[in-house]
Amino acid sequence: MFDYLTLKLIWWLLVGVLLIGFAVMDGHDMGVGTLLPFLGKDDTDRRVMINTVAPHWDGNQVWFITAGGAIFAAWPVVYATAFSGMYWALLLVLFALFFRPVGFDYRSKLQDARWRSAWDYGLFAGSAVPALVFGVAFGNLFQGVPFYFDDSMRSFYTGSFWALLNPMALLFGVVSLSLLTLQGATFLAHRTEGPLQQRALKAARLFALVLLVAFCAAGFWVSRIDGFVIKSIGDVGSALSPMMKVVAREQGAWFGNYQKLPLLWLIPALGCAGALGVIVLARRTLLAFVASSVACLSVILTAGVALFPFVLPSSSTPAASLTAWDACSSYTTLNVMFWVAVIFTPIVLAYTGWAYHVMAGKVTREYIVGNDKSLY
Amino acid sequence: MIDPTVVELSRAQFAAVAMYHFLFVPLTLGLAWLLVIMESAYVMSGKEIYRDMTKFWGKLFGINFALGVTTGLTMEFQFGTNWAYYSHYVGDIFGAPLAIEGLMAFFLESTMVGLFFFGWNRLPKAGHLAVTALMALGTNLSAVLILIANGWMQDPVGSAFNPVTMRMELVDFAALVFNPTAQAKFVHTVGAGYVTGSVFVLGISSWYLLRNMHIEFARRSFRIAAAFGLASAACVIVLGDESGYAMTPSQQSKLAAIEAMWESEPAPAGLTLVASINEAEQSNDWEIKVPYVLGLIATRSANTGLPGIREIRAHNRERIKSGIEAVAALEAMRRDPHDSAARELFKAHQQDMGYGLLLRRYTENVRAATPEMIERAVFDSVPKVAPLFWGFRLMVGLGFSFLALFALSFWFAVKNEFRQKTWLLKWALYGMPLPWIASQLGWFVAEYGRQPWTVFGLLPTHISASSLSAANIWGSIAAFVGFYTLLLVAELYLMFKYARLGPTALQGYAAAAGRSGTPT
Repeated sequence: MFDYLTLKLIWWLLVGVLLIGFAVMDGHDMGVGTLLPFLGKDDTDRRVMINTVAPHWDGNQVWFITAGGAIFAAWPVVYATAFSGMYWALLLVLFALFFRPVGFDYRSKLQDARWRSAWDYGLFAGSAVPALVFGVAFGNLFQGVPFYFDDSMRSFYTGSFWALLNPMALLFGVVSLSLLTLQGATFLAHRTEGPLQQRALKAARLFALVLLVAFCAAGFWVSRIDGFVIKSIGDVGSALSPMMKVVAREQGAWFGNYQKLPLLWLIPALGCAGALGVIVLARRTLLAFVASSVACLSVILTAGVALFPFVLPSSSTPAASLTAWDACSSYTTLNVMFWVAVIFTPIVLAYTGWAYHVMAGKVTREYIVGNDKSLY
Repeated sequence: MIDPTVVELSRAQFAAVAMYHFLFVPLTLGLAWLLVIMESAYVMSGKEIYRDMTKFWGKLFGINFALGVTTGLTMEFQFGTNWAYYSHYVGDIFGAPLAIEGLMAFFLESTMVGLFFFGWNRLPKAGHLAVTALMALGTNLSAVLILIANGWMQDPVGSAFNPVTMRMELVDFAALVFNPTAQAKFVHTVGAGYVTGSVFVLGISSWYLLRNMHIEFARRSFRIAAAFGLASAACVIVLGDESGYAMTPSQQSKLAAIEAMWESEPAPAGLTLVASINEAEQSNDWEIKVPYVLGLIATRSANTGLPGIREIRAHNRERIKSGIEAVAALEAMRRDPHDSAARELFKAHQQDMGYGLLLRRYTENVRAATPEMIERAVFDSVPKVAPLFWGFRLMVGLGFSFLALFALSFWFAVKNEFRQKTWLLKWALYGMPLPWIASQLGWFVAEYGRQPWTVFGLLPTHISASSLSAANIWGSIAAFVGFYTLLLVAELYLMFKYARLGPTALQGYAAAAGRSGTPT
């Protein structure tokens, strides 16, 4: 039904949708986990926080897993190059994520205070570390990472783990961490009451402000560095190997798409509006959560649009950079997977919505005390 | 050339994290359906004991499920972090079922598991049962998809090599999904999960009965587990046999190694029960054989012979020589895409290219491979015999022991005499680790038996690994061992604690403290 070029574009969008879904859904439980040691003043408070996301965190985490699976299926060479190249960064995320399933499920199965506090720190690490690393990863995409391919398309990464933690990447890390923490804070404010809710509202305003400042600063920084631009490439409607193009580096090139299509400036504007919206609307908790979700969508899309069509630029061999045109799967795979996504995404959204509907309402201290052993 | 240490360490790490993951998966697969059965009994009979059974076994399910999720995350990372060339080379095909698994199975199972635990007071009875059933369905769908992916590694159908992108690409999605190897593996694997779940419930119930605790609760659990386990064990054995049938055309070398069949067997092939395997001499010192049986299992006929290891190696020698031509032609095509002679040559030898790549283990330049290198590649084209021969026999023996355990348990459950049969209860209790051993052996036979390939006949294991240094992988192995040991200690501690508590685990902390007089 669609030609290859259209499918390549659709899959760029679908990976974006999955990353945005991850930020909106898994983002809010990661945000709650990040806030856990700061907003939870006693064990019951902390259990209230955990139980706002207890029925949903596992389903939400699947946005992350599916995004990974979709990158494997739609852009295999990106998955291969990024995961093996940035080996320790990926393992750091993985080891941090280890603490979530067990942290949620095991924490309240014993009454021992040290046991519970240990898992609380685990939940914090399992939430904050991935939230930070995702931004750091994007920060490095804008600068390019050093890798090349040999003649058999085997990838070689020549950088180090520590080089990924450069100042610009860390600023991007602040953007993503504040974004997901904001998402958690607005969700928490919506699902709790009393003093805990007040603390969540304060956190929401604080992180909205941090996000606003860091997001604008990151944008300014990007305008000062050399972006990547494709000078020539084969027929983008056909099967291409990543080594068949010419890529140049030019200052401000990451703003090329915005200059070509000024309407796109609405996207970063919407991101700022979302953060401002939270500051203004914090007390109307559901609206604030929507505003924060809009910020998630816009911030990720802002970065994606700036990079487009680049997906994984190479700083050492720019021609080896991976793009939506030459890093994707075959026509057949993209086509089949498109239809799978068309059929199953609405089903997933429907039962996820239903699950939130079933579990709707405030989580109170009384609810925790009254069900002390059946709740997390 | 890739450092062979890196390949060996990557294999060790993958084997360790995959087998560790599969400590938790089979119990999830089986216990999920047992929960459905127990809750159905509750919804139909209205007896609260069945609700308590669902909740209690559900708690143990949750403790196990958490580690299943944790270790499953690792699996998604492994292909990219440590098997990057594999991921590039076959991701076009292999990635698809993994992504579909996320969209179709993980979302369902993970969303429903939340409602299973927290939806008891918010859903009508039938609604909650539906949630439990959908959760079980999700876990099983996930097994379908991952076994479609694994089935393709064993028997790569529906795909073709693209010289432009230098990788395998999907040409027939239906062939991938309906791959007979995958279908047989699926039923065999989930069946093994059901056996594991049943042994788990049967064993813990037997412990209560031996100690005269929670009698009513344990009796009903025992009965359900015995019935479900009997059906499952029979299923595993029948479908294991189906796997044997299915693997013959694509994987004769695995079968020959499992059967220690050095020489070709004329039709109908005999089945070797035990043998003294001599790897040095490439023969068996002695063996005990049952005539006809293997031929019937593997070929479903009495007049088809089976090739032995020597014949398979001779055949592989020809394919390796032809594969050298394919690799050389491809290199020429990469240098000059308009070289039509190379194109023709590649077309003629393309189906053997994987065999040519086997030589990359010994030399970077396949065209310059010496006769000694070719002979080494020929020798290595069949896996070591003894581990497969004994691993397989132990697994099958355990399979039949489960059948016996469930048959006896079911028989005495029908006659309502099992409470007095302490030997049976002890067998069920002390035999609890066995299904885990059988599953691990099953995966060992399936994966080690596929060597030297990651994708049979297409991609050799030793070129599939990432370009990492050995130090990196040593580091990650150390980290995995450390994390996984900690997690396993926590898991087993909670599992034993809650299993010992039995249904009293369902009372609140406050109530439990009041009852035992030890407030905390």
